[in-house]
Amino acid sequence: MYSQIVMDHFKNPRNVGEIPDADGIGEVGNPVCGDMMNVYIKVSGDKIADIKFKTFGCGAAIAVSSMLTELAKGKTLAEAMNITNKDVAEALGGLPQNKLHCSNLGADALHSAIKNYMDRKSGKIKDTAKDREEHVKSREAQACYCPYCSKKVEEESPFCIFCGTEIPHEHDH
Amino acid sequence: MGVIYLDHLSGTPLHPRVKEAMINHINTVYGNPVSDHQVGQQAAQALDTARSQVAALINADPGEIVFESGGTESVNHAVKGVAIGMREKGNHIITTNIEHKSVLNSLRTLRLLDYTVTSLDVDSQGLVDPAAVEAAITPGTILISIMLANNEIGTLEPIAEIAKIAQKHKVVCHSDAVDAVGVIPVDIKSLGVDLLSMAANQFYGPPGVGALYVRKGTRVWPLLDGGMQENKRRAGTENLIGIVGMGVAAAVAKEEMPGRLPLIKALRDKLRDGLVARIPDIIINGHPTQCLPHLVSASVKYVEGESLMLMLDEEGIAVATRSACASGSLRASHVLISTGMDFATAQGTLLFSLGRDTTEADVNRVLEVMPPIVQTLRDMSPIYKKEHTA
Repeated sequence: MYSQIVMDHFKNPRNVGEIPDADGIGEVGNPVCGDMMNVYIKVSGDKIADIKFKTFGCGAAIAVSSMLTELAKGKTLAEAMNITNKDVAEALGGLPQNKLHCSNLGADALHSAIKNYMDRKSGKIKDTAKDREEHVKSREAQACYCPYCSKKVEEESPFCIFCGTEIPHEHDH
Repeated sequence: MGVIYLDHLSGTPLHPRVKEAMINHINTVYGNPVSDHQVGQQAAQALDTARSQVAALINADPGEIVFESGGTESVNHAVKGVAIGMREKGNHIITTNIEHKSVLNSLRTLRLLDYTVTSLDVDSQGLVDPAAVEAAITPGTILISIMLANNEIGTLEPIAEIAKIAQKHKVVCHSDAVDAVGVIPVDIKSLGVDLLSMAANQFYGPPGVGALYVRKGTRVWPLLDGGMQENKRRAGTENLIGIVGMGVAAAVAKEEMPGRLPLIKALRDKLRDGLVARIPDIIINGHPTQCLPHLVSASVKYVEGESLMLMLDEEGIAVATRSACASGSLRASHVLISTGMDFATAQGTLLFSLGRDTTEADVNRVLEVMPPIVQTLRDMSPIYKKEHTA
C-alpha cells in the first residue's frame, strides 16, 4: 500500500515534537476528517532554523509531516513557501490516490506556520482556533453531489444515476 | 515468529479438515449437479451433503438452504428478493443505522426504485429497541432486515423478539447473521426469522461462498436469473468446490463449537481487560454481555487507527481498524457514530477478532506490544497534548 520511503518516515519520523518558543505555528486539518497537523518553526534571519511537528493521523499523514520537516529545514522562508503538497508526496515516492487529498497537508501546515510568523512580526494577532473551525465546517458540509450535473446522488454511488458521470472513489466531490 | 492473526472477522484460515475435503473433491468430482448421468449425480450428491451440513448448523431443513457467492450476495438476495417478491404488498422496509454495507447499499438501490426505508437508531451499546421496530411498521411494510451480530462492535441484536413482532404483523424478517453463524449457536427455530444470511469464511470455510436460509413459503425472488438451480432461487452452476468446503466447515463448527467457545471467551476477556488495565483513555465498544465472544472493539483516544494498525503489523500482529483513513471512503465508521461516539475517538478504533488458533501467548504479546505503540503515537499527537493540558 505505502512506498518504502513512506514506511521509513512513518516508523522513524524525523523532527517530532514542539518548539516551546516557536516563532510561528501552523495548524491544519482536524480529527473529524482523520488528520490534523501542527507545524512549529524557529526562524533565524530569513531561514527556517528549526522545525518540528505533531500529527494525529494515518501512516501517510505522519510520513508527510516528517518529510515536510526535512524538506523545509534550513530553507529560506521564500523557498519554503514554494514547497507544495505535491513536492512532499513526490519526495515520499508517491502516495495512494485516496490519501492525496486528506493526508497530504504538510505544505499547507508549513505555509500556515510561515504566515503566522509574518503576522506576528507585523503585529497582527491571528486566531488560529477560528481558522480551524472554518476548516471543520467546510469538510462537514460536503454532501454527495454529481460533479457534472450537480444533482444529489446516493452515497458511494459508482456513477450518477441522472447523467451517467463516473463519481470518483475518494470523497472529494 | 509467525504472524499473530487477530482479524478473523475479515476472514478465517481454512480448517485442515475443510482443506482436505476440498482437495479430495477437486480430485474426484467434476460433473454438473444438473446432469442426470452418473458423473453429474456424483456432483449432485456432494451438493446434497453440503446442504444438509449447513442446514444442521442452524437447525433448518436442507430444502431451506440456498447457496450463494458469499455473505454479500446472500444479503442482497434477501433484501432485493423480498422487495421484488412482495412488491404487490408494499414498498416499505425497516432496518437499523448499523447494518453492514451490503444491507445499506441494497437499500440504496431500492430507494432508486421508489421503495422507502426507515432506518432505526441504536443505543450507545448498539442495541435496537424492538418497540421502535414495531412502531415503525406501516401497512406497506414488507421487510424488516436487522443484523444478528454487528461486525464492528459485536453487539447481538434481540432478533427473536423482533421476529415475533414481524410475524404478528405479517412482515418478512431477514437477519444478516454473517458474523454469528458458525461462531455462536444459531437455531433458526428459536430465532424465528424468515431469512438468514451466512458466509463460510467466518467459520474456517473458504471465501466466495455463503448461504441464505429461506423459510418455506417466503416470497423471495431470484437475484440471478437463469436455470433452475437452488430450487429456482439462484441460477447458475454451483461453486461446488466452495460449497463442499462450506458444508464441512459447518459440520466442524457444530462439532467443535462447545469446545471453542469457553476458550475463546476467556482469551477475549483477558485481552479486553488487559487493554483497559494497561492503556488509559481506551473505550471498549458494544454491549458488555450481549456480544460476540471473539471480538474486542476498542477505541484508543487521541490516536488514529490506521497508524496503530500499521505499527502492530510491524510487530507481526494483524488487526483491523475502522478509522475513516483506512476505509477507502474516508469517512468515520457509521456504526460507531450511530452509537453516539464522536468522530475523533471513532478514528482510533481497532478490531481484534480471535480465532481457534489464538493462544494465551498471542494475547500476552499484544498486551506487551500495544501500550508503548499507543504512547509513541500519543506523544506525536497534537490532540493528546491539548486535551491533557485543557
